[in-house]
Amino acid sequence: MNLKFVEGIKADVTADIVYMMCPMHLLKLEEMMKTLEGGQVLQIMTDYDGALTDIPDWCEKTGNEFLGIEEAPDFYKFFVRKKGR
Amino acid sequence: MGARYFDYMATNPLRPEVLEAMLPFFKERYGNPLSLYELGQNARAAIEEARWKVAQLIGARPQEIIFTSSGAEANNFALKGLANAHTKKGKHIIVSKMEHHSILNPARALEKEGFAVTYLSVDKHGLVDPSALEKAITPETSLVSVIHASPEVGTIEPVKELAAIAKKNGSLFHTDCVASAGYLPLDVEDLGVDALSLSAHEFYGPKGAGALYLRGGTRIIPLIYGGIQESGRRAGTENIPAIVGMGKAAELTKAELPERARKLTEMRDRLIKGVLEKTENVYLTGPSPESGAERRLPGLASFCVEFIEGEAMLLMLIAKGIYAASGSACSSKALKASPVLLTMGISAQLAQGSIVFSLGMENTMEDVEYAIGEFPAAVKRLREISPYAGGWGKVKETDPCIPKN
Repeated sequence: MNLKFVEGIKADVTADIVYMMCPMHLLKLEEMMKTLEGGQVLQIMTDYDGALTDIPDWCEKTGNEFLGIEEAPDFYKFFVRKKGR
Repeated sequence: MGARYFDYMATNPLRPEVLEAMLPFFKERYGNPLSLYELGQNARAAIEEARWKVAQLIGARPQEIIFTSSGAEANNFALKGLANAHTKKGKHIIVSKMEHHSILNPARALEKEGFAVTYLSVDKHGLVDPSALEKAITPETSLVSVIHASPEVGTIEPVKELAAIAKKNGSLFHTDCVASAGYLPLDVEDLGVDALSLSAHEFYGPKGAGALYLRGGTRIIPLIYGGIQESGRRAGTENIPAIVGMGKAAELTKAELPERARKLTEMRDRLIKGVLEKTENVYLTGPSPESGAERRLPGLASFCVEFIEGEAMLLMLIAKGIYAASGSACSSKALKASPVLLTMGISAQLAQGSIVFSLGMENTMEDVEYAIGEFPAAVKRLREISPYAGGWGKVKETDPCIPKN
């Protein structure tokens, strides 16, 4: 698992799924990534702990770039850059 | 002769067009919307079409509609789901004393969980005073919930003004529109609310379907966890026939609303006038159609009859083929004076004689005249055998609502 902490990444699109449980983090990720252009960054806000492994794994499987996470007081922000370009 | 139904606040008959729309989903279109094959995807499309129609009824976007099993579930979801999701703002919520039990009871449950709850008082017509909200609201108030219209006394609350106060304070605002949907135009942008509850069977749709409007971007904690239905906010395989029916009923309601309001206001006014003229010691509850027409729900005629008891009056009327109600269903079953009437300042004795006629589109003016004709005789007969036959004091005033303290 290549979990890394980042700061100050600017996202092009944000999805807030705080309080939603598995598998909403993966469905939302997939849904939102479809709307992004190659090279754009998606931020997903979630408090679901399973996302800590699932989102980096998903990125590895799909070839998108997992930029890292930032911790907010009661949720995580995940940053993913869409592959291409 | 069949009975005449004056209890549309209890429930509505299903419109034939609504039943038609629902039937295929009990039979050949039985698919699960999560299934990938056509049978499932067709069911999914039907739900999304219904979602669009319900959104249209209240001026919302389809993704802001969460289907539930009932208005009560939508109310519980709003109270618990929003209060618990916004504790960072604070653990104080405000509701009015006019609320349905599906708001009051989750509010009490939240109190047990450590929330502070303020119950806003009302005036003799059942109106919440916006200045009372201004006084009660604090920086820690995360949520305010006030009913749009009372099914018991017909009072239409100043939701727009109240929502603006909540917004200024950074608090969320929910309104229970179960009783007002189908009678009043609803627009979430105009009202300025963050959440709004609906129930299908109160506007000629089926039982078993309700909806919570939740403004886009508002966090909520689910009541029911499980699958990804309703974007993970409300799990459980959807009640597709009922949801489709709710969509159809919303579509009809949107198209017919002006005509419904016109017809039901006319019949309401005739019924109120007739009952007050022909029966002694009867008082209107809620705003008067003359001085407060814009504050009274079309189709809702509610009274307190002195010296008798509501349940006996209902039985008497049933014998005459008149189906009405006495206060809220819950309080009449518990043979308890209605908390809504008491909070309006009506005495416990007078509140016992509560009677509510709620009219709907199947009613005719002839039904109304029949009720006006039968009602005085029923009251007279009951008073003859009532333990209060001698009255509990001479009443001369005919104020539409007499608080007796």
